[in-house]
Amino acid sequence: MPEITYREALRDALIEEMDLDPDVFIMGEEVGVFQGAYKVTEGLLDRFGEKRVVDTPIAEEGFIGLGAGAAMTGLRPVIELMTVNFGMVAMDQIANHAAKISYMFGGRLKCPIVIRAPGGGGQQLTAQHSHSLDVWFAYIPGLKVVSPAVPADAKGLLKTAIRDENPVMFLEHLALYNTRGAVPGGEHTVPFGAADVKRPGTDVTLISHSRMVLFALQAAAQLAEEGVDVEVIDLRSIRPLDVETLVRSVQKTNHCVIAEEEHRSFGVNAEVAATIYEEAFDYLDAPIARVGGVEVPMPYSKPLEQAVIPSPEKIAGAVRATLGR
Amino acid sequence: MSQSQEPIDQATDTDIPVRDAGDLANYANDQLIDFYSNMLFVRRFEERVAEMYLRAKIGGYCHLNIGEEATVVGTLKALQEDDYFFGSYREHGFALVRDVPAGAVMAELFGKRDGCARGRGGSMHLVDPDRRFMGGYGIVGGSIPLSTGVAFAIKYRGGDEIVMSVFGDGATNIGAFHEALNMASLWKLPTLFICTNNLYGMGTSVDRASAVTELWKKGIAYDIPGYKVNGMDVLAVYQLTKKLVEEVRRTSEPIFVECQTYRYRGHSMADAGKNYRSDEEVQSWRERDPVENFRKRLIEGEIFTQKDAEACEADVLARVQDAVDFAEASPFPDVAELDRFVYAEDE
Repeated sequence: MPEITYREALRDALIEEMDLDPDVFIMGEEVGVFQGAYKVTEGLLDRFGEKRVVDTPIAEEGFIGLGAGAAMTGLRPVIELMTVNFGMVAMDQIANHAAKISYMFGGRLKCPIVIRAPGGGGQQLTAQHSHSLDVWFAYIPGLKVVSPAVPADAKGLLKTAIRDENPVMFLEHLALYNTRGAVPGGEHTVPFGAADVKRPGTDVTLISHSRMVLFALQAAAQLAEEGVDVEVIDLRSIRPLDVETLVRSVQKTNHCVIAEEEHRSFGVNAEVAATIYEEAFDYLDAPIARVGGVEVPMPYSKPLEQAVIPSPEKIAGAVRATLGR
Repeated sequence: MSQSQEPIDQATDTDIPVRDAGDLANYANDQLIDFYSNMLFVRRFEERVAEMYLRAKIGGYCHLNIGEEATVVGTLKALQEDDYFFGSYREHGFALVRDVPAGAVMAELFGKRDGCARGRGGSMHLVDPDRRFMGGYGIVGGSIPLSTGVAFAIKYRGGDEIVMSVFGDGATNIGAFHEALNMASLWKLPTLFICTNNLYGMGTSVDRASAVTELWKKGIAYDIPGYKVNGMDVLAVYQLTKKLVEEVRRTSEPIFVECQTYRYRGHSMADAGKNYRSDEEVQSWRERDPVENFRKRLIEGEIFTQKDAEACEADVLARVQDAVDFAEASPFPDVAELDRFVYAEDE
């Protein structure tokens, strides 16, 4: 399989789906002439024209609402939020409009919109531009929320998202765009609601998603040298959550650590931990450990920022503690 | 604007033409009677809704169109069947005039299975995609970006439909309104924005909420022409809206209309409508009543007789009763289906 970047995988998915379905169009800030703030949409304006690659004013609530309205007539907008942080000004249209269209109208309308948004920290972008807001969106019934860690999943999940009949929050990570990985050739889709075992192991279940999967794998490699066999699970899909894969793993390893970039409290990790306690309590030999971001607004200074975000070392430390090593 | 068509009065700083009613002779008798019976139907339906609310058949927030019938009927009667409509949470009357079955509207208010939103939406979320009635929305101004999105889709597909996007005076102060108007004008999206100015956003009068009280001006910053019309006169509203609907269709450019109207009741059923306005003010608007005054005009103009008016009243009351009967007879939704429609069902 050819190795491509996460960015290229996303772009390939967009191109394939736009070639396949004339109702798919791209809209967002700087997606066209500028070629994408993070170059995901590079070349697409030339290829598809300005009818299908639409540059918007800086008006996130407006253009996400506009996309949702277009979706209500059956078009399939793929909206790019330059960063997920700007999603906060569009939250009314995402959570209180797009997510509610199907239900509050008794299923008589639907809203197949995809909102792509990179988030996360680690780029010295400071307090207002470094959020991991996955849980904000995952809290809302009516939204689907997916977040790929590797190029193959980036492509496969995005194709699935574009074909889905519901609003999908597609959460990317700024630090992953240049990462490389193998992507299956030909038609490649990844179903929603299916976590992926990125590294099989027997001693402890290490759950994460997005960039933290890469850190979890680094931690697992380190721990392997110490004789600890870690099973790394990538959630991939936050809502719906693949409870079965998580429970099956914990039943095997009897230990669980959850590592997420979000603030440690009230996050995806809390939902995953509670679910495992409910479904697999009797299989646990130790309390579940959670590794998360320190609860401060993201600072600028490099050492301070690095101290906020979970590191492979911190994750490995939590695994050791859970195993009593 | 077209030079070949009859010029449309456009509001300006110095001269806001509040259009007077057109000459009855310009309309077929059937059409005039249709306007009247629609207004009366909205009035009687809403009165019955208020009664049903007090009898606890209807719950939640409930906002009535009483007093606004001329605006409701005059705007929607100007819209073609294929055109799209978006409303706010004060949309019962608009649904009825768009021919959403009255039984399905009342059943929705009752929270019943046969409601137009299957009991999931209630008063603020009436819907009927078959009639391109794209819904009522509960967040002030929130529907405006959605409505411009449908206009975007029309243009994307090369269609010749338009979108009528109706909202209240309060919505003109929220960001979504400004973002949507900017994009509608920037991209020439065929949208007729209709602001039903009933003078109050809940209990806050327009002059206490908006730096610009001439609301028709609020599109001008985005190069959207603005008009104002007497929203208590169905012919005035219809005459202007009809022209503007076709103007939007022809040019694929948005236009903004302010309909000056009034609600006799409070903001919702929970508001007596007393704290923020005087009885004299309410009375002065009641004297301009769109339904009563139009009935008098039709009788004076010999369009119909007092006897015809009484027959119309009886017919309307019977239709309202049918809607109530339908709603009463419909079962509540099955709780076992509580989570149906959270996500779109497979085709």
